[in-house]
Amino acid sequence: MLSIKNLRASINKKEILKGVNLEVNPGEVHAIMGPNGTGKSTLASIIAGRDVYTVDEGEIIFNGKNLLGMSVNDRACEGIFLGFQYPVEIPGVSMTNFMRTAINEQRKYRGLDPMPANEFLAKMEEKKRVLEIQAKTANRSVNEGFSGGEKKKNEIFQMAMLEPSLAILDETDSGLDIDALKIVANGVNRLRRPDNAFIVITHYQRLLDYIVPDIVHVLYDGKIVRSGGKELAIELEEKGYEWIKAGLV
Amino acid sequence: MEKDPKNIIEEVTQSEYKYGFFTDIEMDTAPKGLNEDIIRFISLKKNEPEWLLEFRLDAYHKWTQMTEPTWAHLHHPPIDYQNIIFYAAPKGTKELTDLKQVDPELLATFNKLGISLEEQKRLSGVAVDAVIDSVSVKTTFSATLEKQGILFCSFSEAVQKYPDLVRQYLGSVVPSNDNFFAALNSAVFTDGSFCYIPKGVRCPIELSTYFRINAANTGQFERTLIIGDEGSYVSYMEGCTAPMRDENQLHAAIVEIIALKDAEVKYSTVQNWYPGNKKGEGGIYNFVTKRGICKGNNSKISWTQVETGSAITWKYPSVVLMGDNTVGEFYSVAVTNNYQQADTGSKMIHLGKNTHSTIISKGISAGHSNNSYRGLVKMTKRAENGRNYSQCDSLLLGDQCGAHTWPYIKAENKSSVIEHEATTSKISDDQLFYCNQRGISTENAIGLIVNGYAREVLKKLPMEFAVEAQKLLSISLEGTVG
Repeated sequence: MLSIKNLRASINKKEILKGVNLEVNPGEVHAIMGPNGTGKSTLASIIAGRDVYTVDEGEIIFNGKNLLGMSVNDRACEGIFLGFQYPVEIPGVSMTNFMRTAINEQRKYRGLDPMPANEFLAKMEEKKRVLEIQAKTANRSVNEGFSGGEKKKNEIFQMAMLEPSLAILDETDSGLDIDALKIVANGVNRLRRPDNAFIVITHYQRLLDYIVPDIVHVLYDGKIVRSGGKELAIELEEKGYEWIKAGLV
Repeated sequence: MEKDPKNIIEEVTQSEYKYGFFTDIEMDTAPKGLNEDIIRFISLKKNEPEWLLEFRLDAYHKWTQMTEPTWAHLHHPPIDYQNIIFYAAPKGTKELTDLKQVDPELLATFNKLGISLEEQKRLSGVAVDAVIDSVSVKTTFSATLEKQGILFCSFSEAVQKYPDLVRQYLGSVVPSNDNFFAALNSAVFTDGSFCYIPKGVRCPIELSTYFRINAANTGQFERTLIIGDEGSYVSYMEGCTAPMRDENQLHAAIVEIIALKDAEVKYSTVQNWYPGNKKGEGGIYNFVTKRGICKGNNSKISWTQVETGSAITWKYPSVVLMGDNTVGEFYSVAVTNNYQQADTGSKMIHLGKNTHSTIISKGISAGHSNNSYRGLVKMTKRAENGRNYSQCDSLLLGDQCGAHTWPYIKAENKSSVIEHEATTSKISDDQLFYCNQRGISTENAIGLIVNGYAREVLKKLPMEFAVEAQKLLSISLEGTVG
């Protein structure tokens, strides 16, 4: 589904990604771990299409299409979703209005008619229930006045509404207490299908107890230096990133 | 015995000489320029009573002693008043026969606003099928209003039909010498709306100029007078979202509202006069004096406006809170794009006791435009327990536009409470990226965000206007990416 080959990218002439290679197949959950500042969020932003970064070399192919050169909203309509690390607030725009606009634009891209209002509202209700989101949240402006945890839950709620093929969750667990974490993980797990995939970016092994990955990668100094099964996350937790660094010398 | 047509002409032309002017009354259009002759010509053409001609002449003389105000944050080449035609008879016949003859860009905007084909024809001056040019629709509404004793007609008609009412209130809220443009309007006003709601009557429909019978092309020097008698209620809508073109560049209107005891008047405006092209050429100059007086106790006047058009906008819809426990409100969204300039705001003058005013102004600047809020909140010595809440927000799209604020507060009474809040913001790249990442195009994202920003004001509009206004906001900001 997603094929990244030799990706090099920089911002303000400073190179952040130094040759990333990654293959994600349908039905898989990948975890990307690594110390702060190694480029995890940068990688997520670049797949989503953020133009502050310059791609210097390499390719990103998604379902056979070249993502580089595709606009951010086109990539989203192709089925890519980014759960932001720091979701912004959009005052005055209600969640309902926001979601309906997004869903219908994506449907239009795929040649479908807009979703009928009752179907849309029913879907909103269903997903809110799954994620244990209060009813009144829908009328609040997007993320306005939300606590950190509420913002993260709201990201997963949007993911549940949009049903992407590839969801990249950037530090979804930061700021969540254990209960919220379980709810979010549950929401993610319920969306797992053989035809979609997840990339979960996290610092901590804890989230991976609930969202069990198929493959764990360690991103260090702009490159994926190690990949393994879910045991790698546990080993990393025990030994720390120094262990990885030592292995590279 | 029927008069010989030749005699009639002779009589009329002789009477012209009696008044001492030489303009041919048969002409449909006055010659360019402004002088006493032209004013007499206008008044005669409209068959006005003597007192109204005096009113005009008095205003004209005051105007000649005044100079244009220069304190606004507006720049424009000097206006040559002697190069303007101050009277042109409404066109009886429509010149165009097919929508295909209309400017395609105009048609595209009509379509985007969802305006029906028949309405498009009417707005472009294309002849409308006799069946649809619904005298029948208009007369149905007129009948409903008449039953309740509500008077609603063109100003010119009111002068003929209800001269006493007009005479009593004309100029009572905006005196002719109030300002340069008010004096000009008072001298040469063309037409507008007249509305009187009798005691205790709640007007059952939203009144709008569309339903005014014989609505002529009279946007240039519009004069409107609305009177809400004791205990009455009316909601009046001015303008429409469709882009309006006019060969006349200078517009100077006056709207006067009088609310007697326990009355409420809501006045909503959606203004989209031609703003000039992308280079800032052409475009309407809109200099408007709008004022309401809450004359009786417990009365209320609200102004709600969405301004997206005109090259230059100068207007400060105001309320004089004369009675006790009166309420004045001003809700505004003003958009400027390309090279438009707006200097707009409100004045709330608190005279009575326990008066309350609210000002919510949302400015949106884009392109190379300049958008200024100018407001006055005045609590006079007698205005005990007066309260005001003002919020003026500016949203900047891009880095070539300007937003400015000039709030004036005059507190002459110790018991008054005046609150003023202001914010300035941009649509951040982060917000746009967030929307993009959900599949929303940048254009639609800006529309969403701008409408969210303006929501507080938009929800004050009557529903039909609100829906159109939302579309209008999105369209006015087309091309302002980032």
